[in-house]
Amino acid sequence: MSVVSLPAARSFSFWLMTYRRTWRGTVITSVVSPVMYLAAMGVGLGSLVKSGQGTGGFSYLQFVAPGLLAATAMQTSAGESTYPVLASFKWVRNYHAMAATPLTPADILVGHLLWIAARVAMASGIYLAVVAMFGALRTPLALLALPVCVLVGLAFATPIVAYAATREGDLGFTALMRFGIVPMFLFSGTFFSVSQLPVGIRPIAYLTPLWHGVGLARDLTTGQLESGGAWLVVGHVAYLLAWAVVGTFFALRYFRARLAV
Amino acid sequence: MSAQLPEPLIHARGLVKRFGDFVAVDGVDLDVAAGEAFGFLGPNGAGKSSTMRMIGCVSPPSGGTLRILGLDPRKDGPRIRGQLGVVPQLDTLDLELTVRENLLIYGRYFGLPRALIRERADELLEFVQLSDRAGDKVEPLSGGMKRRLTIARSLINDPRVLLLDEPTTGLDPQARHVVWDRLFRLKHRGVTLVLTTHYMDEAEQLCDRLVVMDKGRIAAEGSPRELIERYSSRDVVELRFALGENEAAAEKVADLGDRIEVLPDRVLLYADDGDACLDRVQTRGVTPLSSLVRRSTLEDVFLRLTGRTLVD
Repeated sequence: MSVVSLPAARSFSFWLMTYRRTWRGTVITSVVSPVMYLAAMGVGLGSLVKSGQGTGGFSYLQFVAPGLLAATAMQTSAGESTYPVLASFKWVRNYHAMAATPLTPADILVGHLLWIAARVAMASGIYLAVVAMFGALRTPLALLALPVCVLVGLAFATPIVAYAATREGDLGFTALMRFGIVPMFLFSGTFFSVSQLPVGIRPIAYLTPLWHGVGLARDLTTGQLESGGAWLVVGHVAYLLAWAVVGTFFALRYFRARLAV
Repeated sequence: MSAQLPEPLIHARGLVKRFGDFVAVDGVDLDVAAGEAFGFLGPNGAGKSSTMRMIGCVSPPSGGTLRILGLDPRKDGPRIRGQLGVVPQLDTLDLELTVRENLLIYGRYFGLPRALIRERADELLEFVQLSDRAGDKVEPLSGGMKRRLTIARSLINDPRVLLLDEPTTGLDPQARHVVWDRLFRLKHRGVTLVLTTHYMDEAEQLCDRLVVMDKGRIAAEGSPRELIERYSSRDVVELRFALGENEAAAEKVADLGDRIEVLPDRVLLYADDGDACLDRVQTRGVTPLSSLVRRSTLEDVFLRLTGRTLVD
């Protein structure tokens, strides 16, 4: 059987082929990590937290699970968008191998972004299943949290891939994790509502893509809209899309600058 | 209408590549015909690799005309690259994948049907003598095996032109000869080869025609034999003297050859009859620590053209 394949699908298949060697480890991580977090935070710490206004009236497990879900999408995406990109330019040089074939820098970029989206979907899908086993999903609408996770993943992946494409070494990645990803993980509404933050700091949380992702995920797993209502949902989606579009624009620019010199 | 000449596979006029203020390629003209083995000979930094990358359609020219397979690289990059095979200077193999997987995935980049890729992969592994390593990871392979794998990979799309950038740099002599042997076979099959090298023996062995490049320009063009005839004598007498005595000794024997070159470690005397020349050196009472009569090589051509040695 021979099918004419889209060029981006061809560069995607590189990632699929290399993943065959490492999938076991990532699947185990994807299962064990949510079990631990949900047990410790949702069940353990949650036993000390009264459900009330701060948790939107839900149990703490129900409150924190969608936060962790969106945060996992972010973290998976950030991991897949840093070292693998730098390695593809500098160490494995697979981008350069691809650039010598009919694939264009755009094909190479899109293929990799599709792969990152697939990895985020895998990790988030497993997470969602584990959340379901903990009984923390209140509605079948929760299934829609999966595409939301992919959107969160792309909102992070595209600017981070763009950044990684400008790097010669991995020094910046540690700073990105320490001063970007970890603070977002802690303060973007994952573990507690942003309304608990000092008024002056809240706008910063609102600017993070993760806050928008957590908001959407929480709406979908609890089946109840936040106080902002439907327009806030639209705003969340638009904001995340904007990051993905602007990120793709810069990523493409830097890929072209580095692969066609 | 005039009679149709076969269009050259590669055609360049006034080709220029600039990186900021630095001019890497400074007005290169060349034509490569189908079936030719064409070489760029020159030291590091001569502009060989930059020219190759433009021909490979991964580097847009800064000026001049370039046509590959009758197409314009600025517009038809993917179409041209689909018909080229590329052996880059630095290996771009995936060390985590197996030997065979490296071929399979590369074939996918060209959008070839899987069955065809599998068939060709097996043939090519046979050709580069790596069939027995097909299922092994690439990581532990020797440098020579990796090069051969890269060559096999570059042939997966049955290319019309094979571009080789420094194909044997970094290999030990035995591994180089194996690579040369495979390239020689490809040449006999009619594959058009374009290669860069700073090894004169590689250029002499493989190239029907070559250009000597220096500082971004073509200094001379011709077959290895033509270049040697045009720019050097038949023989060369190499004389080594004690430290610091080269200049003084050279003055005494300068008139005995057609030309003389004083290098830091030896004096080269160019003459058509090297043995007779060396006799005359000795009758003059000049006694070098050691002496050697040899045929002229492309190294001598390069020295004549640029005043520098190829590998320093």
